[in-house]
Amino acid sequence: MAHGPQAGFKRWVYTTNHKDIGTMYLWFSFAMFFLGGCMALIIRAELFEPGLQIVQPEFFNQMTTMHGLIMVFGAVMPAFVGLANWMLPMMIGAPDMALPRMNNWSFWILPFAFAMLVSTLFMEGGAPNFGWTFYAPLSTEYAPPSVTFFIFAIHILGASSIMGAINIIATILNMRAPGMTLMKMPLFAWTWLITAYLLIAVMPVLAGVVTMMLMDIHFGTSFFNAAGGGDPVLFQHVFWFFGHPEVYIMILPAFGIISAIIPTFARKPLFGYSSMVYATASIAFLSFIVWAHHMFTVGMPIAGELFFMYATMLIAVPTGVKIFNWVSTMFRGSMTFETPMLFAVAFIILFAIGGFSGLMLAIAPADFQYHDTYFVVAHFHYVLVPGAIFSITAGVYYWLPKWTGHMYNETMGKVHFWLAFVGLNLTFFPMHFVGLAGMPRRIPDYALQFADFNQIASVGAFLFGAAQVVFLFNVVRTVMGGKKASEGVWDNAQGLEWTVPSPAPYHTFSTPPAVR
Amino acid sequence: MLKGFHRLFALLAASLSAHSALAEEETVERWGVNMPRGVTEVAQSTYELHMLIFWICVAIGVLVFAVMFYSMWRHRKSKGYQAAQFHESTAVELVWTIIPTVILILMAIPATQTLYDIYDTEDADLEIRITGYQWKWRYDYLDSEVSFFSNLSTPRAQIDNQLPKGANYLLEVDEPLVVPIQKKIRFLVTANDVIHAWWVPDLAVKRDAIPGFITEAWTRIEEPGIYRGQCAELCGKDHGFMPIVVKAVPEEEYTAWLDSRAATAAKTRELTEKTFTFDDLFTRGETVYNRACAACHQPNGQGVPGVFPAIAGSKIATGPLDGHLDIVINGSKTNPAMQAFGEQLSEVDLAAVITYQRNAFGNDMGDTIQPIDILNFKNKQ
Repeated sequence: MAHGPQAGFKRWVYTTNHKDIGTMYLWFSFAMFFLGGCMALIIRAELFEPGLQIVQPEFFNQMTTMHGLIMVFGAVMPAFVGLANWMLPMMIGAPDMALPRMNNWSFWILPFAFAMLVSTLFMEGGAPNFGWTFYAPLSTEYAPPSVTFFIFAIHILGASSIMGAINIIATILNMRAPGMTLMKMPLFAWTWLITAYLLIAVMPVLAGVVTMMLMDIHFGTSFFNAAGGGDPVLFQHVFWFFGHPEVYIMILPAFGIISAIIPTFARKPLFGYSSMVYATASIAFLSFIVWAHHMFTVGMPIAGELFFMYATMLIAVPTGVKIFNWVSTMFRGSMTFETPMLFAVAFIILFAIGGFSGLMLAIAPADFQYHDTYFVVAHFHYVLVPGAIFSITAGVYYWLPKWTGHMYNETMGKVHFWLAFVGLNLTFFPMHFVGLAGMPRRIPDYALQFADFNQIASVGAFLFGAAQVVFLFNVVRTVMGGKKASEGVWDNAQGLEWTVPSPAPYHTFSTPPAVR
Repeated sequence: MLKGFHRLFALLAASLSAHSALAEEETVERWGVNMPRGVTEVAQSTYELHMLIFWICVAIGVLVFAVMFYSMWRHRKSKGYQAAQFHESTAVELVWTIIPTVILILMAIPATQTLYDIYDTEDADLEIRITGYQWKWRYDYLDSEVSFFSNLSTPRAQIDNQLPKGANYLLEVDEPLVVPIQKKIRFLVTANDVIHAWWVPDLAVKRDAIPGFITEAWTRIEEPGIYRGQCAELCGKDHGFMPIVVKAVPEEEYTAWLDSRAATAAKTRELTEKTFTFDDLFTRGETVYNRACAACHQPNGQGVPGVFPAIAGSKIATGPLDGHLDIVINGSKTNPAMQAFGEQLSEVDLAAVITYQRNAFGNDMGDTIQPIDILNFKNKQ
């Protein structure tokens, strides 16, 4: 019975093992995180001072575009899929994912998609330069020739995500151990289940919008060209119908991770489990009816503005419930602050700040001043960096001993946390200020009054970058060796994944565990 | 010794007063952290709305974080605190669902009112059409015949760090939008190529300029002054280099300005009849080129490989004149990035810039194009 992994590179190419595939997803996303991060550092280096010093505007625009695309599709999404691959079967007591061959396929098309996307940097005319939101007609009639490669890369990424989502739904719905009812599942399984439905709903919409672009560019249609009877604003409606659920795709699994970590280190059960599930479901539902709040300035009729404003404000309610639940979980717990907990607590604080600026942005008349300024950049980096990135980091520190069988270096973990925490706030907090003071986003050069805060932001960015090198070093060291981790690893970790040995054997739960 | 001090003080005082004299003219307001209060009623109510929501968020934040920090400080294992085991309370959960909902409703009321104000574009005294171009703005005063382009006027050398940067670096234009104060002005916003957004923070006006569609906005400026803004929607390479300057003046001054614009336009029309020497055209052409062409084709005429074609040695600039006139006046039929300049530039400027392009960068065609040639070409088509 005991099949081990194949030897050599074949293990990774042929594997259908959820742990191997999870590992590949995680390393791939780590690599993309560094690539996208380097691009961010080029942006911040150029913005260190007014004037053009390091890059020209055309290359600057390629950097902002590629940074966004790589971070969203290359770093955050694959990292969550990697965590899902590793953890979901172990959390619900399943031997593997439901569709292991498709699992292999959905990972292995990713490196090809990104090779194609990154290769556009070396093409004549340069890489896509129209922002990660690629508004038409800048991305159609006025796009560099490499846009076709970008479209094809998006198609492949979409296919990969849809397959991943199908696999997760099939696994969760069919492969839970006997006794593991839906309302007994860990929240990470719940949030991923809901995320997977979001993915299946909106990735085809993204594929649709890029296909319409492809038709406009090469086959003479005019979906987004007013001269041919089309409408550039149609692009934005279709894009954001994908785009808004997409941002929740990048945050719902994070809620699941935090909901696992906080109770462990507070040594107290999660407060309001069922309200967490309902809140996640309502956020997912609301995400489909708020998309046009990204477009308050396009000149929608006032009825549209009001609808999207009210609907967007409503999101604050379930999001608030989540924050209150986490705080109540901590309240009267018996807390310790190991690295995963530090990242989780920082997540709650900083994500709440991002939530507040989100609420401000929801107010349509005020959004007329905020829209497309650095205030928006500050807002979405506050929800994505401490939101998605910190939760992934927390998850990696939390489960790394289970994956490798070794404890990571706690001191180095704390150094990583504090460097990242300080760097992040130095980078993104001043962006609120320059945005309110009038600095538009996506500009390679700026007026003198924005100089001071931009300089601080650039210093912070390099600090944040340095912190991630510490992270890489710590992870590599833990993989290579270190103090042996016990089965339970943490004092009070609950869940099936902590009942198997550390490191988790190649095959777990070949016979289903008993769930009370 | 004392005398020395005295002199030092005098020097210091002199340099300080010189500094403040400069400061009066052109200050750069550093470390700004908030939205401007603005100079219109809508801007002020937007500002108040913004501050209201901000303080509500601060209050909620303080409350939540206080509980959180309190328990992080008190409820630690290292202090021997024993964990409680409670994990739900319907009453508490209802409270923190209902209270936020009520707060949100209270926020929505003033927001809705301000939004209705922003959308009330009726009964304007004056209409101006704003058209976004890659990378400049065009203003058409629909009640008179005034129409012009507004380009960035910051010298290239400042951007390239060869000259010190002025106080209004990247926020200055050659021709500001001049408007009367205390009049309701309706803006009809559109674009010629890609989407832009016309934004002036002090007026709290931000509207997307969408090619093929017209969006509306309005303002009524209370105080005379100069208000600066920028394009707010990524529109390509020089998105960061198409500022907006609005000069609000009393009505008499505005009328005088309109008259002077009409006079200048008449003078430019006269120039069309005139014959120029090659040197005059070449010199004028260089200025026009740097304003209208250099952003893409580059000051040295080399273009950007794969994106913007070179003028130096180009088939068009060294080919038959008609082809050259056609692409400059009517734009390119295959590449939308090459705009039609026939309407954007005067006949004199067109003649000058085409003369320049055909003779600069080693093109040396030796021909001179007169304004009348341009007019004839336009009439022919």
